Amino acid sequence: MARIIAGVTSSHVPAIGAAIDNGKTGEPYWKRVFSGFEKAKEWMAKARPDVCIVVYNDHASAFSVEFIPTFALGCAAEFPPADEGWGPRPVPVVKGHPEFAAHIAQSVILDEFDLTVVNKMEVDHGLTVPLNLMFGSPKEWPCRVIPLAVNVVMYPPPTGHRCFMLGRAIRKAVESYPEDLRVVVMGTGGMSHQISGPRAGLINSKFDKAFLDNLTKDPKKLIRLKHVEYMREAGAEGIEMVMWLIMRGALDDRVDEVYRFYTVPASNTAVGHIILENRQKKAASRLKRAAARANVAVRRSK
Amino acid sequence: MPRREQAYDDIPGTFVFDAERSRQGYGINMFCMSLMKEENRKAFKANEAEYLKKFNLTPEQTDAILKRDYNRMLELGGNIYFTAKLGATDGHSFQHLAALMTGSTQEGYAKMMLAGGRPIEGNRSKSGLGKPRTAAKPKSKVRSKSRSKRG
Repeated sequence: MARIIAGVTSSHVPAIGAAIDNGKTGEPYWKRVFSGFEKAKEWMAKARPDVCIVVYNDHASAFSVEFIPTFALGCAAEFPPADEGWGPRPVPVVKGHPEFAAHIAQSVILDEFDLTVVNKMEVDHGLTVPLNLMFGSPKEWPCRVIPLAVNVVMYPPPTGHRCFMLGRAIRKAVESYPEDLRVVVMGTGGMSHQISGPRAGLINSKFDKAFLDNLTKDPKKLIRLKHVEYMREAGAEGIEMVMWLIMRGALDDRVDEVYRFYTVPASNTAVGHIILENRQKKAASRLKRAAARANVAVRRSK
Repeated sequence: MPRREQAYDDIPGTFVFDAERSRQGYGINMFCMSLMKEENRKAFKANEAEYLKKFNLTPEQTDAILKRDYNRMLELGGNIYFTAKLGATDGHSFQHLAALMTGSTQEGYAKMMLAGGRPIEGNRSKSGLGKPRTAAKPKSKVRSKSRSKRG
């Protein structure tokens, strides 16, 4: 059975990608940002996920305004890096997992999440920058990736509650897939930032830190947060943090926070990175005990 | 029909790219999207006003684009991820656009970001009613309700 072992959040600032691509990661400004993701790479090397489900948003690359899907699941075998105006990023082609993705699509649609199936899609910095932050810059990405693109560009994006419940449905889909796969769900983007209009440059660290606290301990509080509050408190583009709730919804109610990093700024944004582990072992032993009890009961009744 | 007033219109310095603006700004955003191709960038640069005729823009939208009035583009339905492509076509960094939109210099904007960004205090609402709060205490929708009725 496939299972979700952990969830992580990661920034997807395009300038981080540019810093990597132009060899600027050693500069003091960028060193501060990248140092916060050293632990992530170590952790990933140990976690060895077979598949990462990456919740992200496209930035006028694969989707223009011709169609704006709220949730779009990448079911292709490959997702080439998009040309965002200065040539595609020099990163490996992202390898999908079509069978698993098709299974997830079928399962969550029957669970009443009417997502769009995408069989051909290029992926922009929104997806590739988080992969760099979590895996560095290898020749090939070390695991398969299922992109889940969420509309957070046009208002209204899906509500936090909807995102959280989609996470739940994804978990159910994952756990009904017969192959033994270790799955990590990544929520990307954020944290507070506004890049448009006269209020551009807004950062609200107090909001961000409370958001991170609640993400670990009390996500139910976050799912009630209204869109207007995200935009007011965390900036017009800060609303993309609803994507993190898909990740959180896919995890156990109680999780272990194994790492957290927060810094301001990376380009125009606050950067928040957190690693949350499911308490799989305990859950697994609980299930075993329950199964053993059930077996005893069945034997007795015979 | 005038634009319906929304709860988020009270957020200062912000043009939310909502479904209504998305409809209104379709031409602006499709124009910006066209700039992803080198041949289109060249055609636009050769004769801007002529090139813009292909996109079914209003005179106000055309004017905002020709003047590189980025805030006005947002107000008329442009989205920042799209209008940034126009900035890139002009050879500008995003920081240049941010400085333009915020009425700052590039240096001043960069300094502000390094110092922790634009503070939330004093920037919550036009009316001053937005109370300080954190993600830990999400609530309050009173304002939005009373406003939307008027809209």
